[in-house]
Amino acid sequence: MKVHQALKTSLLFSLCCLPLIALVWGVVTNQLGANPTEALIRELGQWALRFLLITLTATPAQRWLGWGLLLSYRRMLGLFSFFYGLLHLIGFVWFEHFFNWQELLEDILKRPFITLGMLALLLLIPLAMTSTRRAVRRFGFKTWQRLHRLVYVAVSLALVHFFLLVKADLLEPLIYLAIWLLLLALRLPNRFFVRWRKPASE
Amino acid sequence: MKKLLFGKQSRYQQAALPESAVTARDCYLNRRQFIQRWGMAGLALASPPLLTGTAHASSPTALLRAASNPQYDTTEPITDYESVTTYNNFYEFGTGKSDPARHAHQLITDPWSVEIRGAAKQGSMGLDQLIDERELERRIYRLRCVEGWSMVIPWIGIPLSKIIQRLQPDSSAKYVEFTTLADPRQMPGIRRNVLDWPYREGLTMAEAMNPLTLLAVGLYDEYLPKQNGAPLRLVVPWKYGFKSIKSIVGIDFTRDQPLTSWNKSNAREYGFYSNVNPEVAHPRWSQARERRIGEDSFFTPKRETLMFNGYAEQVAHLYAGMDLRKHF
Repeated sequence: MKVHQALKTSLLFSLCCLPLIALVWGVVTNQLGANPTEALIRELGQWALRFLLITLTATPAQRWLGWGLLLSYRRMLGLFSFFYGLLHLIGFVWFEHFFNWQELLEDILKRPFITLGMLALLLLIPLAMTSTRRAVRRFGFKTWQRLHRLVYVAVSLALVHFFLLVKADLLEPLIYLAIWLLLLALRLPNRFFVRWRKPASE
Repeated sequence: MKKLLFGKQSRYQQAALPESAVTARDCYLNRRQFIQRWGMAGLALASPPLLTGTAHASSPTALLRAASNPQYDTTEPITDYESVTTYNNFYEFGTGKSDPARHAHQLITDPWSVEIRGAAKQGSMGLDQLIDERELERRIYRLRCVEGWSMVIPWIGIPLSKIIQRLQPDSSAKYVEFTTLADPRQMPGIRRNVLDWPYREGLTMAEAMNPLTLLAVGLYDEYLPKQNGAPLRLVVPWKYGFKSIKSIVGIDFTRDQPLTSWNKSNAREYGFYSNVNPEVAHPRWSQARERRIGEDSFFTPKRETLMFNGYAEQVAHLYAGMDLRKHF
């Protein structure tokens, strides 16, 4: 049983590393297209957002499908989101600004889409730091949960960040927005769903 | 096939050019095959949406040679053929950077005609009527995209001024408006209303008559690949790339300032002039720096963008006394 669990964990962990491996492979073999730095930053950001949304699928998946796998790995998924977000930021600081702190600061203050993106990532820091079991115990579950609701703000900010950087074609951010709204809808209290539910099934 | 567009066998194919003056075509085509082969190997390992920029190069178009104009030569390294033909914007074929290379093969460029209006010689004109191939010249220009990247591209074309002189625009004309083909059967991107089709661009008469403004039919040593705006496109090197309109089917001399596509789509962000200007930021991002495709990479900072993309000497006088923050 224990071995089975460890296998499952390492499998999921490897799966979560796959985007990074593919990106590194793409850089090394020069397959990210003509503008590899831009592609790398963009992909890292998208993966951060994707992992956030996957993390937030855990609860509805459990609630509606009785599928608990994601829920039991929610912390890992959330941390991967933070990890990709951090790499996204490092990519931005490195490739966009080449560690020119003065210009970087100006950019953060002057460009709303960068300000919002930074804010989204900042909000994830306390969540990552309090992701341990010990932290839950120390804060008490209620307080801990309240703190971790910041993730909803972070996703929303990340989405606005995405919308603001698109030139004309809003299709991609709209798809993410639709998924986000669906995930929110699936969290509505039971009374909103009463009509659709078979009385015996819950 | 493409040769037919320009009548008989182009004499420029036998033009007396030292072999060293042109990039060896075999050389850049071999490189492309190499990338394609290895690109495919990589694709098997990675998910397609992840690696967006792999080569989708179409087969090379017919050879086209023209004598270099030494006035518009450069010591800067030229952007590799692969990047020039697989990374660009041509929204009629999709909004992704590799979409044009992937979908532009559907474009039919032969036969092609251009509708001329507002000039003594107006009406529908074939390419060979519009372009006298004996006048073709090769010029190397910087191209700066409004998105913050740039390339150095060897174009083959004719100064627009020569063509305008021949067309004899009405004396009342103050602007030239250009229109791109908009055919949903050939251009899958048109099915979505990302911009108000057909794509339109425009220049003032003075800008159009400036010796830098080029009407191009080729790049490197071949006819324009479809994704780069075959068979006829504008090249205005001191303006952001979207001003250099592709696959032109209409040239209209007008009295009023044309309503250009990006300006219409978002007037706050894209002005009529859209001159490259490092001091005037796009409302959402800075224009102070750019990344030179193929050169600036992971270990180099982005380079500083030059006023009028480095062509201030040739064009600054066109905007003397204008507030470029207002007329961006």
